[in-house]
Amino acid sequence: MIPAQFRYQRANTVEEALAALAEHGDEAKPLAGGHSLLPLMKLRLAAPEVLVDLAPLDELRFVRLDGDTVRIGALTRHHDLHGDGVLREHAPLLAHVAGEVGDQQVRHRGTIGGSLVHADPAADLAAALLACDGTLVARGPRGEREIPATEFFLGPFTTPLEPDELLTEVRLPRQTGRGWAFEKFTRRAIDWAIVGVAVCGQSVGLVNMAGTPLRASATERALASGAPIAEAAELAAEGTSPVDEPHATAEYRRHLARVLTARALEAAAA
Amino acid sequence: MRVTIEVNGRTVSEEVEDRMLLVHFLREQAGMTATNIGCDTTSCGACTVLLDGESVKSCTVLAAQADGHAVTTLEGLTGPDGDLHPVQRAFREQHGLQCGFCTPGMIMASVSLLAHNPKPTREEVRTGLEGNLCRCTGYHNIVNAVVDASGQEVAQ
Ligand SMILES: Cc1cc2nc3c(=O)[nH]c(=O)nc-3n(C[C@H](O)[C@H](O)[C@H](O)COP(=O)(O)OP(=O)(O)OC[C@H]3O[C@@H](n4cnc5c(N)ncnc54)[C@H](O)[C@@H]3O)c2cc1C
Ligand code: FES
Ligand code: FES
Repeated sequence: MIPAQFRYQRANTVEEALAALAEHGDEAKPLAGGHSLLPLMKLRLAAPEVLVDLAPLDELRFVRLDGDTVRIGALTRHHDLHGDGVLREHAPLLAHVAGEVGDQQVRHRGTIGGSLVHADPAADLAAALLACDGTLVARGPRGEREIPATEFFLGPFTTPLEPDELLTEVRLPRQTGRGWAFEKFTRRAIDWAIVGVAVCGQSVGLVNMAGTPLRASATERALASGAPIAEAAELAAEGTSPVDEPHATAEYRRHLARVLTARALEAAAA
Repeated sequence: MRVTIEVNGRTVSEEVEDRMLLVHFLREQAGMTATNIGCDTTSCGACTVLLDGESVKSCTVLAAQADGHAVTTLEGLTGPDGDLHPVQRAFREQHGLQCGFCTPGMIMASVSLLAHNPKPTREEVRTGLEGNLCRCTGYHNIVNAVVDASGQEVAQ
C-alpha cells in the first residue's frame, strides 16, 4: 500500500512550518511521527497534497519543570517521555502511559503532539492528560493560545485546532507525590485499549468510552463527597457512550469501565 | 526528491517519489532485501530496521523522513568477514526461527531492545518484542535467543 501523491517539504523553524500551513490551507498536513497519519494515507483515508515535516524542530522536543508546571514539547516521542527523569518524578502517570502506547517501534516514532491532535477516542495519552488537568498550547498566524484539555477533544478525530495552527506544547500542573494508576484492557499485547482508565489523584480519565476521551465525572463527584472507592467506581460509566462492537459490546465496555476504575483507584490510593 | 541515506554504512543517494516508503527504498534502491514486508499496516514488525540505532517499522516511515539519517538492516549486522552478530548467532543456536519470515524484523527489534535493556528478563523480552509477530515458533525459542544473546543463562 502506497499513499496517494503528495509533496513533501521540511520545516526548519516553527515560523517556516506556520508559513507553509498558511500557504496551503487545509490541503497541507503537519507530519510528526507519522504513526497515525501515514497509515491513514496508505489506506487512502487521508490524501493531503502537501506534508510539512516537523522533524527538524528540535525546539519542540523537551520536558522541563517550570515552577509548578510540567512543560512538554509537542514533538517529544513516547519513548522519550517514558524514559524522562523529570516526567517520572513530576508527572509519573504520563511517563508510565507513554510506555503503554503501541509497541517499541511505535514509541520510537510517535509523538505526544501527534497523538493529541489525532484525537483518537482510544488514545491513551489523551485520557491521561485529561485526568492531570493538562493544557495544550497552539501557535498560529494569530499568535499563541492555550486550550484546556477539557475543551480540546470535540469529537472523534476532531479538535479546535485550525489547519494553519501547530500544537507546540503541553502543560500540566506537577503531580509530585499524588497517587496515580493506569489500567489498560486489551485483547492482544499491542492492541489499542478496549477500555482504559487513567487515575491522577482523585481525577479519572477514560479511554475509549465515548467519541472523545472523557472524565468519569460522577465517580469524581462521589469521591469528593467522601464515598468509598467501590461505590464511586460503580458510577464510572455514567454519561459515557461507548461504541458497540461484536468483540466488545457497549454493555461489556461499561462493565470494564467500572471494574478498571475500581482497580485504578485502589492502586492509586495504595 | 533526492534522498540520501546511509544504509549499513554505505551512502545511497537516489531520486525518488516523495511518497516512497523507507522499506521500498531499502529493498529496491539500496538492494537490501532481507527486510520483509508482512502486513504493510504497522502491525507485524517484519519490516523492522534501525533508524539512527532505534527500531522502527519501515513500512510506516517515508524514505524522505530518513533522508540524512542512518539505517541498519539485517545485512548490516554481519561483520565484514561474514561473522554473525551475537543476536543472529543466538537465533541460530536457540532455533529462534522456523520459516524465517519474521526473523529479520525480530532480530532488529531484539538488537534495539538489548541496546536499551542489556539484561532483560524473559517477561521484558516478551513485552519488548510485542510489535513483532511470529506465526511459527510460539515465541518460546525467540525469547530464549534474546536471553542467550544478552549473555544470560537460558532457563529451559
Ligand atoms: C501499530 C500502532 C499501534 C498503536 N497503538 C496505540 C495505542 O495503543 N495507544 C495510543 O494512544 N496510540 C497508539 N498508536 C498511535 C500512536 O500513539 C501515534 O504515534 C500517535 O497517535 C500519532 O503521533 P505521531 O507523532 O505519529 O503523529 P502523526 O501521525 O505525524 O500526526 C497525527 C495527526 O496530528 C497532526 N499533527 C501532528 N503533530 C502536530 C502538531 N505538532 N501540530 C498540529 N498538528 C499535528 C498531523 O497532521 C496528523 O493529522 C498506535 C499506532 C500504531 C501505528
Ligand atoms: S510490514 Fe511493516 S509492520 Fe508489518
Ligand atoms: S519463523 Fe515463521 S513467522 Fe516467525
